[in-house]
Amino acid sequence: MRELTYLDALNEALREEMERDENVFLIGEDIGSFGGVFGVEKGLWEKFGEKRVRQTPISEDAIVGTAVGAAMTGLRPVAEIMYIDFITCCMDQVVNQAAKLRYMSGGNLKMPLVIRAQGGSGTAEAAQHSQSLEAWFVHTPGLKVVMPATVYDAKGLLKTAIRDDNPVIFLEHRLLYNMKDNVPEGEWTVPFGKAEVKQEGKDITIVATSLMIHKALEAAKELAGNISIEVIDPKTLVPLDIDTILESVKKTSRLLVVHEAPTIAGVGAEIVRQVVEKAFDYLDGAPRVLGGKSIPMPFAPTLEKACTPQKEDIIKFVKEMV
Amino acid sequence: MNRKKSIELLDLMYRIRFFEERTMKLFREGLIVGALHHYIGEEAIAVGACATAEEDDYVVSTHRGHGHCIAKGADLKRMMAELMGRETGYSKARGGSMHIFSIEEGLLGGNGIVGGGLPIALGSALSGQYRDSGQVTLCFFAEGAAARGTFHESLNLASLWKLPVVYICENNLWAATTYINYSLPIENIGDRASAYGIPGKVIDGNDVEKVYDTVDEAVKRARAGKGPTLIECKSFRHHPHCMVIPDTRPQDEVMEWKKKDPIPRFEKRLLGKKVITKTEMEKIRGKVNNMLDEAEEFGRKSSVPGVETVAEGLWA
Ligand SMILES: Cc1ncc(C[n+]2csc(CCOP(=O)(O)OP(=O)(O)O)c2C)c(N)n1
Repeated sequence: MRELTYLDALNEALREEMERDENVFLIGEDIGSFGGVFGVEKGLWEKFGEKRVRQTPISEDAIVGTAVGAAMTGLRPVAEIMYIDFITCCMDQVVNQAAKLRYMSGGNLKMPLVIRAQGGSGTAEAAQHSQSLEAWFVHTPGLKVVMPATVYDAKGLLKTAIRDDNPVIFLEHRLLYNMKDNVPEGEWTVPFGKAEVKQEGKDITIVATSLMIHKALEAAKELAGNISIEVIDPKTLVPLDIDTILESVKKTSRLLVVHEAPTIAGVGAEIVRQVVEKAFDYLDGAPRVLGGKSIPMPFAPTLEKACTPQKEDIIKFVKEMV
Repeated sequence: MNRKKSIELLDLMYRIRFFEERTMKLFREGLIVGALHHYIGEEAIAVGACATAEEDDYVVSTHRGHGHCIAKGADLKRMMAELMGRETGYSKARGGSMHIFSIEEGLLGGNGIVGGGLPIALGSALSGQYRDSGQVTLCFFAEGAAARGTFHESLNLASLWKLPVVYICENNLWAATTYINYSLPIENIGDRASAYGIPGKVIDGNDVEKVYDTVDEAVKRARAGKGPTLIECKSFRHHPHCMVIPDTRPQDEVMEWKKKDPIPRFEKRLLGKKVITKTEMEKIRGKVNNMLDEAEEFGRKSSVPGVETVAEGLWA
């Protein structure tokens, strides 16, 4: 075992996959000698050169369009959108092109591309640099949606994403970049569509994504002894491992979904729908979603915190529900 | 241009024209549904341009894309079947008129999003450059798309990276019901090339030989690693924007342009140069008509896809 950060884990995944397959290349802004604004591509330009680490102008449509055209003609691009907020500048390429061309071609082509972006709030960057937009992509048929919460998963899921023959939206949380954990040496992959029970419990199930996994685990720790919480990380929202969630809810009879994205019409609502349809009789109370407020993310750190679920909010919800 | 090539081009122009006429008939019969944009009047562009391409070169097309597919060598039967929503169609009836794909033949699809193909052509061009395969991408778009941001992002990056792509702007003066002076403040889109540091050409898009020569030079340049070219072809569509929008264009303008129809023009030139006789021409037309009878028959006889197959093709 060795200690690695989430950021270094992503870097390692890119490096290993580029070594393994020469058709894998990176494309994005400031990813050349600087190594990406957060450093995810650090050292890759030096190692693989300009052909495979392609620093672009500020042209999001061109970045994703290049990835789409390259993927359908045999390459395996990994595109970086610096902030998920900027995906709005190229939604056509993501939603109308990447997601749909394989189906529209009757399966004639493959679209093995990854779009990586970081998102979330917590760094006082205000409403155009703080969003969690996963629901938009979950709502778009043809895209896989991945949200790694741990160092181990960051590497393993990214490697799986790069090897997948379908378009994958890979959403990192920038507050996790410096998180350290002990992980094995060498290579590993983490499968899509396989949730992980992070902690077993019997009174309530919490399904949380990305950064919220850590807040849920903190809340569970604080309530330990009084309330026994089962914490589940779905890891991938498309495909979603609803079976693991159902199994847990059948045991605990209660469900709380926690995510940073606004509660309204979010992924939590969808998980609750599926659980209500498939395990209604097992529920001892209304399942709930604790998400962000429907307010453009304010700048001031105090206001920012007030807009997103905190450990205290999770504890409050759990106490109300159990 | 040698005799064989000239006759080949004429043949392809007939194929496009007759294909489009046949689809109009089938649309009126209710056998083709949905959005149907015709290429009649613009045949010289697709035919002249695609004739410069190798089999493995790529074509990025538009909503008005039947001509590009046919010129690149697509099978009329599978095209017709696609338009008729049959399982034997190129895209297994998932795409329809605007979305005919055949990666094997270099057809990277039309696009329902005006200007949506421009960034995709960057990728196929990069792919050729990356694999050092010598493959060139022909990227078709029309003047309506030249007002979109993707035009700028694409030409900028293509020039920066010297990508092997040829931008072919089919300026037919009207974008749906919008005349060009409502969408562009300059006369020639080709003039914008200088802003990207690439060659720009403004040519008569109804002259198939002119299109061939101009695109050929650009393709050779791209293949030699010298980067993209922007070619604006002035032309006109003889029919309204699509089957369900009535014509809003002044009829005298339409009549003027019909006089410049690229097909009779090419026929006249070939007859004048004694490259072909009237009888030979008749024979080619007859052959193409038969091909379309067969294509129609193929479509009629093919099955519509079973609803149980609806999810097929989504995931790889
Ligand atoms: C982004 C986008 N906006 C609007 C439309 C609706 N639309 C379809 S074709 C068309 C006109 C396109 O004009 P042009 O690009 O000049 O091509 P032409 O039809 O003349 O060949 C419009 C407005 C669309 N499909 N996509």
